[in-house]
Amino acid sequence: MKLYEIFIRAKSGLNHRHVGSLHAADAQMALQNARDVYTRREEGVSIWVVEAAHISASNPEQSEPWFDPAADKIYRHPTFYPLDKEVDNM
Amino acid sequence: MYSQGLQDAKGGPEPEALLKAFQKRIDNEEKIEPRDWMPEAYRKTLIRQMSQHAHSEIVGQLPEGNWITRAPTLKRKMILLAKVQDEAGHGLYIYSATETLGITREEMTRQLLSGEAKYSSIFNYPTPSWADMGAIGWLVDGAAIMNQVPLCRASYGPYARSMIRICKEESFHQRQGYDIMTVLARGSEAQKKMAQDALNRTWWPALMMFGPSDKDSKHSAQSMKWKIKRFSNDDLRQKFVDVTVPQAEHLGLTIPDEDLKWNEETGHYDFGEIDWDEFINVIKGNGPCNKERLAARQNAHDEGQWVRKAADVYQQNQQDAA
Repeated sequence: MKLYEIFIRAKSGLNHRHVGSLHAADAQMALQNARDVYTRREEGVSIWVVEAAHISASNPEQSEPWFDPAADKIYRHPTFYPLDKEVDNM
Repeated sequence: MYSQGLQDAKGGPEPEALLKAFQKRIDNEEKIEPRDWMPEAYRKTLIRQMSQHAHSEIVGQLPEGNWITRAPTLKRKMILLAKVQDEAGHGLYIYSATETLGITREEMTRQLLSGEAKYSSIFNYPTPSWADMGAIGWLVDGAAIMNQVPLCRASYGPYARSMIRICKEESFHQRQGYDIMTVLARGSEAQKKMAQDALNRTWWPALMMFGPSDKDSKHSAQSMKWKIKRFSNDDLRQKFVDVTVPQAEHLGLTIPDEDLKWNEETGHYDFGEIDWDEFINVIKGNGPCNKERLAARQNAHDEGQWVRKAADVYQQNQQDAA
């Protein structure tokens, strides 16, 4: 059987969020199993199942060159810009 | 999870720099995720610990499953069904988290059925009375919570996340058990006797659930360093005794330990010596129900064979049709 990753929307207005995985023969079975395994206490209003083999992930060994370029661009944050006291809380 | 296709870090000593960087991440309370580099020993230790944990959840369904058809009321039956279903779910959360370390579900099942992998010694004791359902929920799930709450901060991300889910659900397990004990302890003489008898039989095996004494625990130091164990066996056991004794007193039940007494100086209860020979004997497979439990698992595996086969054929047909 195939490995499926399970994503659940806790309530409308929120993103689907990864909660775990399970094995199933197809998407329909994965949805049914996900309902029983991951939503026994009203944890969700919507379920996505994705075959794990279809997920492409960034390489953790490349994390530094991949993500570090954002680290020195502090001018992208509002706190980079001091404001005069009179106009505080812009 | 998304660990498929990873290469095994096999062959040759592991580079000192990687080992150091790994330990530094753990010291900084960073979580390790499936695709991150990790020492082989960390991976192996986690597979052993997590699969044992998952097996315990699965085998743990059996002593309670014994009472589903015999529950005294419809309400109790529904509660017990929900609890046993939770145990199955807990097993599945941890199995899938363990698979992220590169071991298959089939291999873990094989290890359980062949006796290579262990599960918690507590599930090798019988459940001859309804009061055992109360004692198990109250004491066994209570001890499990003591063990599992610190694991919500374990260094391996998928393990920690599955523990958070499990701990949320265990609280219901413990309370429904204490609720059963409360009703019995406030009932007729015969019911009180049942409750006391279940406590007498469950107390010591529950204390053994925390594992060997610290001086005999061979894996502890490294596991603490890796933060896949956060408190020592004896510390957790003491904590369990300290919170549970007043709960028993509240019900008018007596803990079966003549040496049990409050120690003003330490601020803890002193308690008697655990029968470690019994513990080792049960771990070795000679407890009252070891053979019965494994036979039940083997039977479930064999009887479920046609379902797995049907699912495989169905999957193949779906692919052929596409």
